[in-house]
Amino acid sequence: MAHLLLRHRDIPDIGKMDVYKKNGGFEAFKKAVTRMEPQEVTESVKASGLRGRGGAGFPTGIKWSFIPKDIWPHYVVANADESEPGTFKDREIMESNPFQFLEGVAIAAFATGANAAYIYLRGEFWPVAAILDEKIADMEKAGFLGDKLFGSDYSLRIHTHLGAGAYICGEETALLESIEGKRGLPRIRPPFPAVYGLYGKPTVVNNVETLTNVPLIVEKGADWYKSLGTTDSAGIKIFSLSGHVNKPGNYELPFGTTYRELIYKYGGGVTENRPIKSIMSAGASSAMIVADDKALDTPMDYASVRALGADLGSASVIVINDSVNLEWVINKTIHFFKHESCGKCTPCREGCYWMMHLIERIEHGEDVQASTELLHNVANQMQNKCLCPLGEFATMAVATAIERFPADFKPSHAGGEHG
Amino acid sequence: MLAEKYPEEVKKIFAKYPPEQKRSAVMPLLYLAQRDEGFVTKAALEDIAQMLDITSTNVAEIVGFYTLYHDGKAGKYRMQVCTDLPCALRGADKFLEELCSNLGVKVGETTPDGMVTVEAVMCLAGCDKAPMFQVQSPDGIAYHENMTVDKTMELLAALRKSGKEVK
Repeated sequence: MAHLLLRHRDIPDIGKMDVYKKNGGFEAFKKAVTRMEPQEVTESVKASGLRGRGGAGFPTGIKWSFIPKDIWPHYVVANADESEPGTFKDREIMESNPFQFLEGVAIAAFATGANAAYIYLRGEFWPVAAILDEKIADMEKAGFLGDKLFGSDYSLRIHTHLGAGAYICGEETALLESIEGKRGLPRIRPPFPAVYGLYGKPTVVNNVETLTNVPLIVEKGADWYKSLGTTDSAGIKIFSLSGHVNKPGNYELPFGTTYRELIYKYGGGVTENRPIKSIMSAGASSAMIVADDKALDTPMDYASVRALGADLGSASVIVINDSVNLEWVINKTIHFFKHESCGKCTPCREGCYWMMHLIERIEHGEDVQASTELLHNVANQMQNKCLCPLGEFATMAVATAIERFPADFKPSHAGGEHG
Repeated sequence: MLAEKYPEEVKKIFAKYPPEQKRSAVMPLLYLAQRDEGFVTKAALEDIAQMLDITSTNVAEIVGFYTLYHDGKAGKYRMQVCTDLPCALRGADKFLEELCSNLGVKVGETTPDGMVTVEAVMCLAGCDKAPMFQVQSPDGIAYHENMTVDKTMELLAALRKSGKEVK
């Protein structure tokens, strides 16, 4: 099947305005503005079953419908912070198929009555922001952004905003704080951004990949979109495959593709042909899945991955072969979250600190059994107590590695490079 | 003073945000302020605070919170190697170790000629092309992917010679 999101893989110059237009570009936006009511667009996205691709999987159309009609102005914010270890899909979309993403932003803005949209990119995506700025200027020149679009009363402007290196800004309320010129600390919710978002106004925050799906739905209809994928997970998904595979990269596949197909058929198999020990289904925030036949034959959709005791998340699949000790893996993830914890809430700030000290004790072979038990205890105590998902994410790999791979935490195994 | 030095760019930055929300301009203004020295000077903190009607502490906390802002001098180029889990599974730790030994520096140190500071950083969204790093310089940020120590040494030699980055 031809790519629907990574279209540049079939049409290399799709990032050029004339090529994008020749291939149906901006027809969906034009259709929405000239032939549809904002409400109809939202209903169509709702009916398509599209769910947020940033990790949470919240139904996109429902998110849009929460925007109140009695508080103005409204904003749309595209979350291009992409900082989850193992996730690199939004970058490829923005670099190579930028107009489809920008068209999605524009349609989302029309549907929610926003006249301004911001794209929040992680600071490291400096060159990507330069590409988007250029494409936004192209759209202004071509009459797809600005005042009275397509002869209607609708006006829209899109701006980029660069972050500066903080994983927490991928959390939507921290992201909004960051655009407001503050430290990226998550807000206490409720109120949710739909009511109290950017500058205290109703705001929709959507991931880049989510928005890139939107023009397809408006153009081809909700039923067509729903026919792709599975009943619980409509449509297509970009799986970022990394770790011990021969061909790491982004793979655009229908939901319901199995891990075995992703890793062996598309990813070229495991490095050095070794058996897989564990799969992380959602980047560093993921639970550690035992890579047995049942797991490998699990279809990648929201419900099936949940049944494996993990989450589909942003679908960043990290493959770990049997040369690695999982004590080393969680040492990496704990240091990541310790570094990225913003410090606002106590369970995450203190919990990450203590997890780091405990994993270092284990690494150095100090009282491994007692340290492992205490580490497990700290991880469990953090769960359901943190202000935002970061704290929960920090515990996922830790708790499940200890529970599902106890042999990796035996005194004789722990410690040393890769254990 | 940024407004005098980069009038066009400052104007463009302010145009992005509603006039009553100018505090939003603090992050782009800090990038602009870093362009000269590679870090944010005390004078720049004051300058930005005045432009935005906030305190210099409000600006300093942004510099402290985000990793791409710096409050002190380092090498002209900051070579930031990702050593997070996906990159480490593809040999990033070993790459960084060998690179440091080739350069004769430890992680966090600057080469004696003041050109390069080597740093270990968190995920850069280049997991499928590890080992990889970004080079942060006064001109911006550029990614270098699928790297080897040899390719990196060539890049550094070219940087030293031309003062420009090459891919």
